[in-house]
Amino acid sequence: MSKAVLLFASARDALDCDRVEIEIADDATAADVLEKLATLSPFMAELVPSCRLAIDDRYAEASASIAGARELALIPPVSGG
Amino acid sequence: MSEQGVVYVELVDEAIDVARLMPMVADPDVGSIGWFHGVTRRTTGTQVTRSLSYEAHRSMACRELSELAATAVKRFNLTRVVVVHRLGEVPIGEASVVLGCSSPHRRDTFDALPWIMDELKRLVPIWKQEHFADGSEQWIHPAPN
Repeated sequence: MSKAVLLFASARDALDCDRVEIEIADDATAADVLEKLATLSPFMAELVPSCRLAIDDRYAEASASIAGARELALIPPVSGG
Repeated sequence: MSEQGVVYVELVDEAIDVARLMPMVADPDVGSIGWFHGVTRRTTGTQVTRSLSYEAHRSMACRELSELAATAVKRFNLTRVVVVHRLGEVPIGEASVVLGCSSPHRRDTFDALPWIMDELKRLVPIWKQEHFADGSEQWIHPAPN
């Protein structure tokens, strides 16, 4: 299936878009999505291992299923404050 | 008795209006009110910052801030918590985040402020970009602890 993933901060700048469409298996997990995102560019390969995936506004465990997710987001290490 | 644990969180796109927030932590049954302002610093080591800009995953950041404030209420017996984070460009000396809380006794207010800030910096999906005086820019992605 095709899924959109929201991008932020350096990931958005690196891919020059605020969301990316990926092709992923129907039974994919959060870890599978991260693995796929890491293949998109050398920069992403370096960044993604330090990122978390959010499903519907919540941090997802690596084993979490993305089936039924309304929204996926790649969350690079945060730096608010 | 006053209602316990009222929280207010907000993301704003302009300067944070602290005067508007002040009454939000007032309560006749508190004995302590504390505030923290995180402001844009000009120098980091030898580097000179022109400004910072912030972006967020807004819906998730609001949810994380609300959960964080609610957890702080329970953990520190707080009466009120206010957390406002500014997005977009934040010039030198201006606040990117303002946090206020109140409690019956001062120790809880003192202890809650650093805990909430540490958790905000660990969990809330907001990102800072440094704009340096030499024209260069850098997203800040701290290494996980």
